[in-house]
Amino acid sequence: MSALAQAGGRRRGKSKAGWNLLGLLVFVTAGFPVYWMLNTAFKPAKDAIDPDPSLLPTGITFSNFSRALDIADFWGPVGRSLIVSLAVVAIGIVVGTLGALAISRFSFRGRKIVIVGILAVQMIPLVAMIIPVFLLLNDLDQYDKLSGLIITYLTFILPFTVWTLRGFIVNIPKELEEAAMVDGCSPTGAFLRVVFPLLAPGMVATSVYGFIQAWNEYLYALMLLSQKNQTATVWLGNFTTKHGTEYAPMMAGSTMMAVPIVVLFLLVQRKMAAGLTAGAVKG
Amino acid sequence: MSAADTTTPTEVPPPMSVPPPSRPAPSSRKRTFSATPWLLLAPCLLILVLVLGYPLVRLVGLSFQKFGQSQLWGFQPAEWVGFDNFTGVLGDSEFWAVVVRTVVFAAGCVIFTMVAGMLIALLLQRVSGWVKTLVNIALVASWGMPIIVATTVFKWLFDADYGILNALLSKLPGVEMIGHNWFASGPQGLAVIMLLVVWGAVPFVVITLSAGLTQVPAELEEAARLDGASAWGVFRYVTVPVLKPIIVMLTTLSVIWDMGVFPQVFVMRNGHPEEEFQLLTTYSYDRAFVVNDYAQGSAIALLTVLLLLGVVAVYMRQMLKIGEVE
Repeated sequence: MSALAQAGGRRRGKSKAGWNLLGLLVFVTAGFPVYWMLNTAFKPAKDAIDPDPSLLPTGITFSNFSRALDIADFWGPVGRSLIVSLAVVAIGIVVGTLGALAISRFSFRGRKIVIVGILAVQMIPLVAMIIPVFLLLNDLDQYDKLSGLIITYLTFILPFTVWTLRGFIVNIPKELEEAAMVDGCSPTGAFLRVVFPLLAPGMVATSVYGFIQAWNEYLYALMLLSQKNQTATVWLGNFTTKHGTEYAPMMAGSTMMAVPIVVLFLLVQRKMAAGLTAGAVKG
Repeated sequence: MSAADTTTPTEVPPPMSVPPPSRPAPSSRKRTFSATPWLLLAPCLLILVLVLGYPLVRLVGLSFQKFGQSQLWGFQPAEWVGFDNFTGVLGDSEFWAVVVRTVVFAAGCVIFTMVAGMLIALLLQRVSGWVKTLVNIALVASWGMPIIVATTVFKWLFDADYGILNALLSKLPGVEMIGHNWFASGPQGLAVIMLLVVWGAVPFVVITLSAGLTQVPAELEEAARLDGASAWGVFRYVTVPVLKPIIVMLTTLSVIWDMGVFPQVFVMRNGHPEEEFQLLTTYSYDRAFVVNDYAQGSAIALLTVLLLLGVVAVYMRQMLKIGEVE
């Protein structure tokens, strides 16, 4: 690496091509699984089990998608995933904004402990919590109910939501609110008219992120809901019929699951990643 | 969360914070007791205490009890057994094999993720704009892929009979890989799963490091170069020290996430990981929900958390430093 870099310094024009070639190699390697998923999803099922598969598309068909929809109920799991994820985000963003306001706009005794607590709970590996959460929901008669899953996911996204929104809020100058209050706004009015509009883009990004997390979760959805109530990820995880795995429809199912999420992700990724490093380097 | 999860849920990227440009320190404001912040925090804390705090206490409690099927259905009360679960787990040679396997697996994932991430981030500084765009598109697409989707796609890539990888490898002269089952042996199968984890984790590292690299002062690098530092020297003594906070944060997060890998193994092995595929997470799950010994499963989960405490402490210190900036 270092020798290469040095050479790059000496012969800039010529070596740029070398770096570009390496870059393209990274592009192909990183992108290949996604490409192959799409390629398999759209190719005729018989070409998918060709022992000498062609790397290029062999023709476009949608039959894998209709097959994927036939094999097992698709819209039921998707509907349930939507209900769960939307509910989690709707509750999470309201509760999270309130909490974020408390730790960013007020100085109070115990604030530091709350912050440490919120950061610490994020660090508990969620897999470790599955047993007691399962027992708790079982006791509360919430096993196999969407509401049980919703409240569980809430605890997963809340710490992150609070902490991220806190970052967005501290970026809004307090003077703006104070000016509004001098002009006769109540604290609530100042928040709604001044802070909220400025915070809205951050809230949208945080919500989309929370939505993706809830949508993608697998283990808890598998454990806390029975087969008849399964969500979209569990649907895909169990995509094996008694005849074995039908890969082409499975890739079609994967595509249907992944494309909306990847698009959502593309929309918010930049905004979510931006803050981190600025803080880290200055800190 | 795993996915993306992930990453665990476990896959939540670290919270971000942006220090405000300039704000009076909180201490300059009057410190009177006010109920408002607590009222605002109440719903949040209530949910966290009920569904995260209580189970955490329960997890500790369970690991000191006898708790199986009959206790689950309430036929028998849970009975306190002291350290029996722990002595049982710690005295089991299988447990230690799982610990070693998990640590090796996680270490491999973290090292490959960080090294590949750093190399790609450095590479992106040197390529033309259009190549950079292409690489970024591929990275964000693989980052955004739900873990379950990524796992099924890798299952397909590595399929014994029709997988593209075996077909491509067989094109090499003298190599006949068609029908080769990558999951016949634990180490090979876990290597494939490691590749899957690294593939999913690298984009976050690259994008974060790339952003960090733009903040390394060019004058510093230039000065070092003028003083005769080699490219490696500039990287080692200028770039790395500036990036250190980010590197520490990314490494600790990676350790936490990679020690918590679950769905990748679980789905790859069709819900029944063989003994040689068991990591601490799947082992705990297995004990609890397959063997129905919830207490021993909890003890294993608790030991996993303890194993991670040191790493978490480093991460927390870093995060609090950032939080202090306000």
